[in-house]
Amino acid sequence: MPVSLSKPVAPSADKRWKIVDATMRRVGQHSRGLIETLHTVQEAFGYLDETALRYVALSLRVPLSRAYGVATFYHFFTLKPAGEHTCVICLGTACYIKGAPQLVDTVRRELGITPGETTEDGKVSVLSARCLGSCGLAPAVVYDNEVAGKVSPLQLKEQLSKWGRP
Amino acid sequence: MTREELEQIANTERQSQASTAQKLNVCVAAGCLSCQSQTVKEVLEKGVARRGLGERCAVKGVGCMGLCSEGALVSVDQNILYKRVLPADATDMLDALEAGRPPVERLVCPTNTPFFQRQKKIVLENSGVIDPERIEEYIAACGYTALVEALTELTPAEVIEQVTRSGLRGRGGAGYPTGLKWSTVAKAVGTQKFVICNADEGDPGAFMDRSVLESDPHRVLEGMLIAAYAVGASEGYIYVRAEYPLAIKRLKIAIRQAEKLGLLGSNICGTRFNFRVDLRLGAGAFVCGEETALIASIEGKRGAPRPRPPYPAMEGLLGEPTLINNVETFANIPPILRNGGEWFAAIGTEKSKGTKVFALAGRVQNTGLVEVPMGITLREMVFQIGGGVPDGKNFKAVQTGGPSGGCLPAECLDMPVDYESLARAGSIMGSGGMIIMDETSCMVDVAKYFMDFCMTESCGKCVPCRVGTYQMHRLLETITQLQAAPKDLALLEELCDLVKHTSLCGLGQSAPNPVLSTLRYFAEEYKAHIERNQCVAGVCGQEVHV
Repeated sequence: MPVSLSKPVAPSADKRWKIVDATMRRVGQHSRGLIETLHTVQEAFGYLDETALRYVALSLRVPLSRAYGVATFYHFFTLKPAGEHTCVICLGTACYIKGAPQLVDTVRRELGITPGETTEDGKVSVLSARCLGSCGLAPAVVYDNEVAGKVSPLQLKEQLSKWGRP
Repeated sequence: MTREELEQIANTERQSQASTAQKLNVCVAAGCLSCQSQTVKEVLEKGVARRGLGERCAVKGVGCMGLCSEGALVSVDQNILYKRVLPADATDMLDALEAGRPPVERLVCPTNTPFFQRQKKIVLENSGVIDPERIEEYIAACGYTALVEALTELTPAEVIEQVTRSGLRGRGGAGYPTGLKWSTVAKAVGTQKFVICNADEGDPGAFMDRSVLESDPHRVLEGMLIAAYAVGASEGYIYVRAEYPLAIKRLKIAIRQAEKLGLLGSNICGTRFNFRVDLRLGAGAFVCGEETALIASIEGKRGAPRPRPPYPAMEGLLGEPTLINNVETFANIPPILRNGGEWFAAIGTEKSKGTKVFALAGRVQNTGLVEVPMGITLREMVFQIGGGVPDGKNFKAVQTGGPSGGCLPAECLDMPVDYESLARAGSIMGSGGMIIMDETSCMVDVAKYFMDFCMTESCGKCVPCRVGTYQMHRLLETITQLQAAPKDLALLEELCDLVKHTSLCGLGQSAPNPVLSTLRYFAEEYKAHIERNQCVAGVCGQEVHV
């Protein structure tokens, strides 16, 4: 395979690639900045797809396998686009003791999905977190970046059906 | 920045603070923020402006006040504490304040309780008092004086001497003597040295580091700066979880402010000391709390640990000598230098000095953050400070140290909380999570929960951890489904021993701890599951969740 030393061209004219390029410049186009760059890509695009991984790998001169390895190793990175709404259920110890498993059951009953999945209509993604650090408010759930504390299965059900409506 | 300039900033700030008679401090740390404390603060600010109280009344956002379960918390002049404040309560509060009436009774949180009285605050001294987004307030609270003194009056060796004398041990969990670590890095030879602050608080149930970073970020920076001076480092990283956006935001603000005042950068305080700090965001991998994995992650790789030695103190980041300490360890440094190592060594027990911040959570009345002197008993923690188990239930166990720790039963309640006692009882100090469980928790289910955690978080590099945790989890699942045979228990015990002694890093070596400690103290429950197909707590055997 011919090795190109010139800077790779961004996959599309999308302005968000400029943000990604800025991060890569800040880390000196060095492979050390791989995680930082992937954070930026995910922040800009919501997830990491193959095009993005290829572009980042080529720009930082790391094998694609390493970029893919890092992207799949860390739980924070996702390779699939998220739904319109996200609901993160904390499964830290305190939340587990105080009823988070019932919340997971509620999601399964209401939406038919388990944490890590998105509903078929793309409306709601349900994720689980290791610990949000909101243990004082256990069990905690994050609805679209808003932390809610002491959540009951009923409250969760109401929120989910609110999102389900067109 | 000289000592005089620092004093001038402090005096100006103190004067401006003294000019307002009444201070309304609203907690804007993550716990209270999810109870609408930001709105409470805005409503109070508007109310003060509308009533023309601006002259004598100041509203400000502060860090964590500790009692997270009763948020949103608002304190008035540091002596009245309001709990469960909602935006609608602002009118009543301001009415009482304006008319000089006694505080609104329905909102008052008594502070003469053991939860507040039994605490001794060193790390958290500024939490809930200062505005974490203003460096002036930290300076007014004697901030950065320890740094200036260290740089201008002490040699690096003298700084290490103070830290060694204090007896401070690593607050990340293992309890390695901090002074010893510092002197190892100071003696190591390299072209460049690094200081890393480990803020990858991965233990579920622990939120001390997040709280310190959100409430008093400059304290951690000052600790890092002093450490860098002591060991001869010029570059530092704070490795913080991406799951803590507020802590990240406040750290960024703090770094920018310190740079602006010349407390970070080149020729700090007019000396030849240079130090730069950068943030690195974790991406959700528990194993990155292990120091060699953390270094791999900062280098942009998968967080897989490597065998030690060589220790990071000799060969760390980019192969150079690297000092890695936990957030709370760094937060202890400025007060140690201000007051001297002996002052710190006088607090705590013979081998565990100073205080420790704990995150109380689970089935306990008062959940939140507490800082207590080492050596306090577990009983005091759970029943006095924690206020006991709610809803008339009975205490069953207290879990310390997260997935690497263990569950301690009622018999252990009179044990002092220090590194050695906890280790003897089969648990660890860990980073400070303390989760209380009552009779509704099944200990086998809890062991399975932690094993699931370790199994998922295993990096996969070494076989005992990768395969062993999976097998142990499978066995625990069989037991919780009430379908296990006695031989399964024997196999589980054998696997615990194997994984503990043959894994590469701390994650695998300590993964069996939750199983071992529950086997040790709650063997009856395992027996009931296996021999009588019965779960006393009524958790197992039904629908299998998670």
